[in-house]
Amino acid sequence: MSKKHIIVDPITRIEGHLRVEAVIDENNTIVDAFASSTMFRGIETILKGRDPRDAGMLAMRICGVCTGTHYQRSIEAVEHAFDVTIPKNARIVRNLLQGALYLHDHTVHFYHLHALDWVDITSALKADPKLAAQEAFKWSDEPYMAGEGELKVIQERVAKFVKQGRLGLFANAYWGNKHYKLSPEQNLIAVAHYLQALDMQRDASKMMAIFGGKMPHPQSIVVGGVTCVQDIKNPARIAQFKSLLNKFRNFIKRAYLADVLMAGTVYADEALDGTGGGLKNFMSYGDFKLDDTGFYGAEQLFPSGVVLNGDLSKLHPLDQTKIAEDVSHAWYEGTGKPEHPYEGTTIPKYTGLNKKEDGFAYLKTEEKYSWIKSPIYDDHRVEVGPLARVVIGLAAKDPLMSKYATGFLAKLGDKLGLGKAAPASVIFSTVGRTAARAIETELMADVMMGWVDELAANVASGDLSTWTEFDFDEVSKDAKGFGMAEAPRGGLGHWVVIKDGKIENYQAVVPSTWNAAPRDYKGRMGAYEAALIGTKVANPDEPLEILRTIHSFDPCIACAVHIVDTKGKELGSFKVNTSCAV
Amino acid sequence: MTDRRDALMQLFSAKGSKVNTNRGAEYYDNLAVQMQDRLDELAKTPAANKISIDGILENEGLSRRDFMKWASAACAMLMLPPVFTPMVAQAAELMNRVPVIWIELQDCAGNSEAILRSDAPTIDELILETISLEFNETLMAAAGHAAEEHLEEAMHTFKGKYLCVVEGSIPMAMDGQYGTIGASGETFKDHLIRVAKDSAAVVAVGTCATFGGVPAASPNPTAAVGVQDIVKGKAIINIPACPANPANITGTILHYVLSGQVPELDHLNRPKFAFGYRIHDNCERRAHFDAGEFVEEWGDDGAKNNFCLYKMGCKGPMTFNNCSIVKYNSGTSWPVGAGHGCIGCSEPDFWDKYAQERPMADTHFKAPTGGVEKTVDEFGLGLLTAAGIGIGIHAAISATVGKSEE
Repeated sequence: MSKKHIIVDPITRIEGHLRVEAVIDENNTIVDAFASSTMFRGIETILKGRDPRDAGMLAMRICGVCTGTHYQRSIEAVEHAFDVTIPKNARIVRNLLQGALYLHDHTVHFYHLHALDWVDITSALKADPKLAAQEAFKWSDEPYMAGEGELKVIQERVAKFVKQGRLGLFANAYWGNKHYKLSPEQNLIAVAHYLQALDMQRDASKMMAIFGGKMPHPQSIVVGGVTCVQDIKNPARIAQFKSLLNKFRNFIKRAYLADVLMAGTVYADEALDGTGGGLKNFMSYGDFKLDDTGFYGAEQLFPSGVVLNGDLSKLHPLDQTKIAEDVSHAWYEGTGKPEHPYEGTTIPKYTGLNKKEDGFAYLKTEEKYSWIKSPIYDDHRVEVGPLARVVIGLAAKDPLMSKYATGFLAKLGDKLGLGKAAPASVIFSTVGRTAARAIETELMADVMMGWVDELAANVASGDLSTWTEFDFDEVSKDAKGFGMAEAPRGGLGHWVVIKDGKIENYQAVVPSTWNAAPRDYKGRMGAYEAALIGTKVANPDEPLEILRTIHSFDPCIACAVHIVDTKGKELGSFKVNTSCAV
Repeated sequence: MTDRRDALMQLFSAKGSKVNTNRGAEYYDNLAVQMQDRLDELAKTPAANKISIDGILENEGLSRRDFMKWASAACAMLMLPPVFTPMVAQAAELMNRVPVIWIELQDCAGNSEAILRSDAPTIDELILETISLEFNETLMAAAGHAAEEHLEEAMHTFKGKYLCVVEGSIPMAMDGQYGTIGASGETFKDHLIRVAKDSAAVVAVGTCATFGGVPAASPNPTAAVGVQDIVKGKAIINIPACPANPANITGTILHYVLSGQVPELDHLNRPKFAFGYRIHDNCERRAHFDAGEFVEEWGDDGAKNNFCLYKMGCKGPMTFNNCSIVKYNSGTSWPVGAGHGCIGCSEPDFWDKYAQERPMADTHFKAPTGGVEKTVDEFGLGLLTAAGIGIGIHAAISATVGKSEE
């Protein structure tokens, strides 16, 4: 048997349009991989010429999943350009909005976008609910709605669904694949939480709606502050937020963390052998301002930095001037060498797919094959996201992140019978990436409880200020700024150049640009591609393992696709102020 | 000044701008017979998905009474007299007979997310979950070839019967190659035409699928268009807004089950039950508009007292949608509730006309010409700026009046 070249398109359970091609050798091991974005909109082009105060609304529509985070970055970029520092209430409300997004996004990702890569729904039908209820106590001291009676009801509900013959969204999946490793009882617990999470996530989105007006696409953030003064003024509204948060936090601890621990233990072999580890270079911009110091001076919940080659002992400070973008393998014209994003050109050059006799169209992998550019940091390919934040937190010896991460590793070591904590190196894997997201979710839920109290106390002290005044005509004559922070999926930056009250240039470099990028000018792989190499697949016709690793990054492809000018013209240049390195 | 104010009063109270909610006994009797026939016919068809509402209710710990309460509210939303409530309930139970294939094109998944996050423990989503949702890329388990095969199978099995829900616009530039899907690299345009072809009707959800939305905003780099520009010879229902309110998606599907027909639509193919009123007509801050009490800048005393947001760029007076009634996320809030003006997201070209923080009267947009249309059907572009200016004048007058009274 020779090598097999497979196409997975569409990659489902993600945001956006993504294709992956993989070459699998005779031992069913992935030896080569290519990731391609197949959709383009050009939102940054659309932003040009508009009033900078309106940019946030439109920039938010880059993505309906991490929706509020683009909104905030865009508004911050303009505030940075105008040098406007927002009031304390506004800072806390924005943190709460983005914090709630983390909770919602991570939970929905794990259960509804990712779990079916680990959990075999059909196997759950074979479970003994009584044993499953006992099993649940292995992973949590107080399992979430996983008593025998509750599990039995869920099992019957699923059985009824399967029996009627149409599996709808669950049809044609890879049920029964031997790389599904959970026991029927474990699968049943996970399926129960899959369904309960559908309910829970509605509550999390209510949290965002309290201060955001609606979700997705909230509407309460403006340049200078927030508009939801009525909602922060009302103690019942803040209490409602806290009560929803508490309820959700309960679910995170008793269901999400427990299930990730369970999956992490069962799939520990794949974590220990580093399956899906990929680049092992990580970057975080840092995020969640904890005080009201002006731009990029505030203390942050998540530290910024870069870690290379998985070396946790060495944290490199982040210097954004070292960011460059390369288009050797992206559908744009370029000079052949990486250039700073604000100095490079963006000329579309779609070279198409290679239609073959088998009826499929293949990526021209030797040439250009994606709408995503290849960003490079200090001439390294890097990964961003929850794993990167955990890695940077550990490398920075951040007490909070260290506490949650080592706590999880200790539990994992215990479950694996290691007699000590699991080695930190297990996080450099597909399993680790998924665990990092859960670790961070718990941290966020706990920290947010304090933020709600901080907001309530500040309002009670008589501070109702939600907006900082600025003289638009004055500050918008000639200004530039950036909003750099951490979206749930990783480092996200929006850059804006403003001239005479209008946007002259706009750029967004987003998490999935870093992760889903194609090869670079040196032929080095992007994070998705690198993570797939060496993975064994049980059955080449069922790309289960590919989905598992790709999903562990939580792809958000609509975000990732870069700008283009309709006429293919250069979009102007933007020199980054070196003193603003974050 | 009084003249202008009268003209404005007239504009907002003109009979033509009202949706007709009472069409007389004969109309409703006929409708009832028609609907009952349709429901009986549906009841006889083999179910696509046999999960019963009763089972779901039981599993979710909800009573039959909760369900009937919902049915009566849904009935009111669809602008049917209360006698239709049992039929609405019956239709909900038959919703699992309508297979739905949901495709995503130039989108941000915001509408899929909205459905996922929609109203809390109400029955709306339970029903959405119990329709036979055959294909939705954001949620489905299968990927790649397996996903494509399933799509083919579902389209074949439910030929002529499924609703094709579309999220996202269609790029037409560069022969449509700004968006491709599947192993064969099919363009979004071809994909849409193929999936829509054998559907019973096409439901475009969100403003991208209906009117082009974000990608079509000036200068429309990919020449993006809405579904109605591509699909011809099919019933098309547009449910705009960014994202579409899930209650309106449910309402539309429910209506289809009830009548086997698309709901009554306005000139933009939007269901009148949802898009028959302006945001402004039912706004909780309307009294402040009438009293001339406005927020003048973010965070001011007006903002702290829930005053009208017109001067901060609210486009509620130009926007047809039911946000002010239905709200979002289980009625938790809505943009105006959170202190920000409406951006007109259910109107065509709103990114280039409405989505900014200044009132229409102060924008640089050219005032389009046209008569003073009053109804939702006629309420064309022409009026929007005219009304904007009119309301701007009203705002100015009210402010003056307010001040002189102080």
